[in-house]
Amino acid sequence: MTTSTRRSVLRTTAWSSLAVAAALAGCSKKEEAAPAAASEPAAASAAAAPASSASAPLKIAFAYLGPVGDGGWTFAHDNGRKALEKELGSQIQTTFVESVPESADAERVFRDMVAQGNTLIFGTSFGYMEPMLKVAADNKAVHFEHATGYKTADNMRVYDNRTYEGAYMAGVIAGGMTKTNTIGVVGSIPIPEVIRNIDSYTLGAQSVNPKIKVKVVWVNEWFNPPKETEGAQSLIDGGADVLLQNTDSSAVLQTAEKNGKYAFGWDSDMTAYGPKAHLASSVNIWGPYYIKAAKDALAGTWTTGHTWWGVKEGAIDLVSISDKVPADLKAKVDKVKAGLKDGSFAIWKGPIKSNDGKEQLKDGVTADDAFLGGIKFFVKGVEGQVPGNK
Amino acid sequence: MDTYALLLAATLNAGTVLAIAGLGLLINERSGIVNLGAEGMMLVAAIAGFATAVQTGSDWLAFGAGALAGAVMAGAFGVLVIWLNTNQYATGLALSLFGSGFSAFVGIKYTQEHLAARPHFAVPVLGDIPFIGPALFRQHPMVYLTVLFMVGLTWFLYRSRAGLVLRAVGESPESAHALGYPVRRIRLVAVMVGGALCGVAGAYISVVYTPLWVEGMVAGKGWIALALTTFATWRPSRVLLGAYLFGGVTMLQFHLQGEGVAISSQLLTMLPYLATIAVLVLISRNPVWIRTNMPASLGKPFFPGS
Repeated sequence: MTTSTRRSVLRTTAWSSLAVAAALAGCSKKEEAAPAAASEPAAASAAAAPASSASAPLKIAFAYLGPVGDGGWTFAHDNGRKALEKELGSQIQTTFVESVPESADAERVFRDMVAQGNTLIFGTSFGYMEPMLKVAADNKAVHFEHATGYKTADNMRVYDNRTYEGAYMAGVIAGGMTKTNTIGVVGSIPIPEVIRNIDSYTLGAQSVNPKIKVKVVWVNEWFNPPKETEGAQSLIDGGADVLLQNTDSSAVLQTAEKNGKYAFGWDSDMTAYGPKAHLASSVNIWGPYYIKAAKDALAGTWTTGHTWWGVKEGAIDLVSISDKVPADLKAKVDKVKAGLKDGSFAIWKGPIKSNDGKEQLKDGVTADDAFLGGIKFFVKGVEGQVPGNK
Repeated sequence: MDTYALLLAATLNAGTVLAIAGLGLLINERSGIVNLGAEGMMLVAAIAGFATAVQTGSDWLAFGAGALAGAVMAGAFGVLVIWLNTNQYATGLALSLFGSGFSAFVGIKYTQEHLAARPHFAVPVLGDIPFIGPALFRQHPMVYLTVLFMVGLTWFLYRSRAGLVLRAVGESPESAHALGYPVRRIRLVAVMVGGALCGVAGAYISVVYTPLWVEGMVAGKGWIALALTTFATWRPSRVLLGAYLFGGVTMLQFHLQGEGVAISSQLLTMLPYLATIAVLVLISRNPVWIRTNMPASLGKPFFPGS
C-alpha cells in the first residue's frame, strides 16, 4: 500500500467512525421511564420548590454501583425503583445510571443528574458519600439520599437496611444444616457493616449449634466473580460446608453448587443460580423506603436524618427457604422473624464476647444503633482477626 | 494434608487461565507484536463462549466460539498494526477498552442466565491415589491440554522450521524480509493465533471457572497474562510455571486468610507485578541479556522496502 492510499484509507475510516460515534451518541445509555414530553430547563427545576405543581412529575434519579443485571446488590435497588414506579406512576419519572465508579467520576454523574432536572437523587453505595456531599452543598434545592453512609447535610440524608438481621436468620439455618460444624463467609471490604454481618451470622448459628466455627476470607472488593469463586473454593477446601457472602455476584453460590455444599443468596433471590446448593436468600427490599422518600419529596415533608429499616418495616427478608431445611429449623427462623417484626427479639443482646476474650456487651444489655454502627471486632467463634486491627 | 492437595488443585485451575492466555501472547510477541488488548479480547471471548454455551449447551462449542471471537478481534488489531503501522501500544489499549464496552453491551441479555450443572472430571485410576489424585488428576481436560500445548509449542518454536521463521521475524523482520519470507502475513497469523488462545482463556473463565456472565468478569487477568509473558522471558515452559505461580498467589492468599494468618492481601495481590518488574530490571541491565531474552523487534513497526 502506498503512503497516499494509506492516507486516504485512514481519512475515510476516521470520518466514518466519527459519523457512527455521532449517531450512537444520540442513543443514551440511561433509560427513561416515561418519555419526557418537553425537556424542563435545568435551572428552572433546580430553583423550583420541592412541593412542585401537580402537572410536572417529580424527577428521580438513581446512581448504581454495578450493572442492573448483577443479580445481587444493584438488582435489588432496581427492583425497588420499579416498585416505586408501580406505586406512584404518573406523579414521578425515574432514571438510573449504572456502573458508576466510587471515585471523582461519581461527582460528575451527580452533577449531571442535577442538571437534568432531578430533584430527588439516590446514591446506592458507601463510596458515593463525599461526591454527594459536594454536589449537595452546591444544590440546596435538590434532595440527596445516600445508602449505607454516615455523613448528612440539610439536603442529604442517609438510609440503610439491617442486613445483619438477614445474616442472623441465615446463620440459624447454617448452624442446623452444617455437618462439619465449620461454616464460612466470603467477605467484601472490612467495614463495620460487613463485620456486623459476619458476627450476626455466627450468633445465629450458635443459637442452634454452639459448637460451630466460622472462617472468613476477604476479597477486598464488592464485586469480582473470579476472586469470589477462589475465595469460596478456599473456604470449602478448608472444611466449611455452608457459605454466606457479602459480595455482589452469584459466584459463591455457584462454587458451592459445584462442590456439593450449601450457600445463601445475598441481596436478591439467587435460587436459580444454584438450585441444589441454595438454602435461602437474604434479600434487600428497597421498594418501601423509596416510596416513602418519594412521598416525602412530593408532600414537601422531606427532612434530613438517618433511616435504618429491617425486617420490621419490610426492608429485609429471608426468602425461598429450600425444602432441604427441616421443618423445625424453619420454625425457628419464623420465630426469629416474628420476634424482629414486633420488636420482642433483639439479636445483639449481651453477654457478647469478642474472639480475643474481651467482653463487648454486658449481660442483659441490648446494643443501640450507635454500638451496632461501629462494630470492629469478631465475636467468639469466628477465626482470625479483622484486617487492619492489630 | 488434604487441604494442601486441594490448594494445589485450585492453583492448577487458577493458573490454567493465565497459562493459555500467556502462551497465546507469547506467540504474538515472538513475532514482534505487542497486543495490549488481551483483556478486551478475553472479555469478548468470555461473553461469546458463555452465550454459545447457553444456546447450545456444549462446552467445546463455547471454547470454539471464544477462540473465533479472539481471532477476529486480533485480526482487526493485526491489520491496523501491521499494514497501517499504527502504534502497537495505543492500538492494543484501544482494543482493550473496546472489548470491555462491547462485551458489556452484548452481554446485557445474558446476565441473568446460568448454565447447566458443571460436570466433575477425574482421571480413572490416577484420580484415586491418596495425595496426588485430588491434587493433580481431578481437573477439567483443558488443564491437561494446556500442559500438552506448552510442550508442543516448545517443540514448535525451537525444533521446527516454521518456529524458526517465526522467531526470525521477531528478531529481525528486515532480514527475514530480505530472505523472501512474507513477514507481514506471518505476523498476522501469529497475532490471530495469539488472539484465538486468549479467546479460549476467556471462554474458560466464563464457562468453566466462574460459570456466569457479568460485566468485567475477567477482572484483570488479561493484564496479568501480559505481565506473565514478560516475566517468563518469552519461554513457554516459564510461562506455564509463572502462570501457576501467579495463580497460586491468589489461592495462597485466601488459604492463609482462612487459617487466620494476617498477611495483607493487598501485598499478595501486588506480588505478580512486582515480580515482573524485578525480572525486567534484571534482564535490562545487561545489553547482551536483553538480546538473548527479548525478541529484538518487539513493539517496533516494520516497513518493507524502506
